[in-house]
Amino acid sequence: MSDTQHTLLTALSGGGALPEALRSEALARFKEKGLPTPRLESWKFTNLRALDKLALAPAREVAVETGKLPSLLQEGEPRLRLVFVNGVFNAALSGSELPEGVTFARLAEGAPDWAAERLGGIAESDEQSPLLDLNTALAGDGPLLQIARNREVATPIELLFLDAGGDGESPAAQWRGLIRMEENSRATIIEHHVSQGSAASFVNGALEVDLAQGANLRHIRSQQRNESAVHLVNTQVEIARDARYEALLLVLGGAVAREDWRVRLSGSGAHCGLNASYMLEGAQHSDITTSIEHAAPHTTCDEAIKGALGGRSRGVFQGLIKVNKDSQHIEGNQSHRALLLSDDAEVDAKPELEIYADDVKCSHGATVGDLDREALFYLRSRGIPAPQARRLLITSFLSDVIENFGADSLTPALLKALDDKLNAVTGDEA
Amino acid sequence: MPNSTFLKEAVNAIRKSRGEGELDAMQFIKILRAKAKELGMKDEMLKRAVNSGFSGGEKKRNEMLQMAMLEPALAILDETDSGLDIDALKAVADGVNAMRSPDRSMLVITHYQRLLDYIVPDHVHVLAQGKIVRSGGKELASELEAKGYGEFSESAA
Repeated sequence: MSDTQHTLLTALSGGGALPEALRSEALARFKEKGLPTPRLESWKFTNLRALDKLALAPAREVAVETGKLPSLLQEGEPRLRLVFVNGVFNAALSGSELPEGVTFARLAEGAPDWAAERLGGIAESDEQSPLLDLNTALAGDGPLLQIARNREVATPIELLFLDAGGDGESPAAQWRGLIRMEENSRATIIEHHVSQGSAASFVNGALEVDLAQGANLRHIRSQQRNESAVHLVNTQVEIARDARYEALLLVLGGAVAREDWRVRLSGSGAHCGLNASYMLEGAQHSDITTSIEHAAPHTTCDEAIKGALGGRSRGVFQGLIKVNKDSQHIEGNQSHRALLLSDDAEVDAKPELEIYADDVKCSHGATVGDLDREALFYLRSRGIPAPQARRLLITSFLSDVIENFGADSLTPALLKALDDKLNAVTGDEA
Repeated sequence: MPNSTFLKEAVNAIRKSRGEGELDAMQFIKILRAKAKELGMKDEMLKRAVNSGFSGGEKKRNEMLQMAMLEPALAILDETDSGLDIDALKAVADGVNAMRSPDRSMLVITHYQRLLDYIVPDHVHVLAQGKIVRSGGKELASELEAKGYGEFSESAA
């Protein structure tokens, strides 16, 4: 066992809130596999060496400046906000009035029956996912949400994941969540991942999402952590008949950030939309690895991912669409487009289609390029200075993912986050 | 990028370089709507992405709108009449005429007299083989329409 792995296990050992049977098996698997290394196929492009340099320690309780908790919602807009600091629920910072039809529990207090039934049942562990095992073994807290059958929850639910470290220590935290959408329920759930301060930290999160027949979930995740953070989240989604899952991911933060998404379309008429926009600078590394499985006929997926990379940053996209043998009449579309804004930035894209059925419509495309010179010239010829023209083109390239998603009241905050980041990326030339 | 966003950036960049204050969103949109209306453009064209899916006529009108908004001291209109139907031609000409002023020069390049019925030129120059071979008033254009360019291509040769 490597030193880092040992330190990590020690730092996280206070957790462990999932059922014992799941935990002990997961821990054994993790110990056997160890932390992922580039030798693992799906970790070829993402190296966790950065962890070796961190002084990993158990996350302590930290004071949070309550006055200005960041939010993606506009001021005064109704919301249910649930705050997790270093993976632990903070009741004082969280709202307590649950919208009708919403049940909330925290993992640390033991999973109620409705959650225990599904926890660990959606997420599948395999040889590529030792971090999921680590999470299952030692996650101590996290949000468990259930939206009741036939309920349309208009109030957005905002999960704020705040990490905070300091004193030369890097807190190690894990959270494990469950979103259970009962039949024909509807909701919007927003995850906002931010850092307080600039200290390095390690967060390994996992979320299981269960959409029963006819359910509809809009899931927005904005990752704006500091640029020292190691951010790993594994999201596993099961979509039943006629259910719709629409996700929007914005990746702006982290030193090393990996988003694993595994989506299973398990009932006819199920739909999944995965939309992501990422912008990196400096030495940031972002990895978005997705796997969408069409496990039933008449299922559809749309995956659109765009990135812009400056500095020496590196972006990884690995996307698999798998169509099972008996899953006929499938439509699957995947695209990944990246803009390289500097000579030292790098993108590794690995789109994969694995199709075993014969009546399917699948497309995929991956492009990596520089800004369109003609478009730049057009803007400059109308009097717009070059740096501003570049900014305009980058913004319009990335923001259409957000605008097309139609996140309504969230759109201004998401676009502003993008714009602030762009200031950092292009600041030196403007 | 929506057409209106692009125009706002361009207008403000130019105003800034001229030492004028930038327009805020409300001021800008008011002016933009008014000018678009003069050119017979629908609001919907202002929201659409710049030049994406624009027809030939729409592109031309959009260029006119850009000219009206950017108020250049010198405008070169190169074959602005190509591919335009008569209504679009008229709209384009109205746009140009509305901007005529002693503070602005406009160079209109065309092969045909037709455009010059709507945009009546102050001066006409005939360019052949890279040289101005004859200059005159607006009547020169009508003369060319009647006689063709034959004599110029010969004399230049």
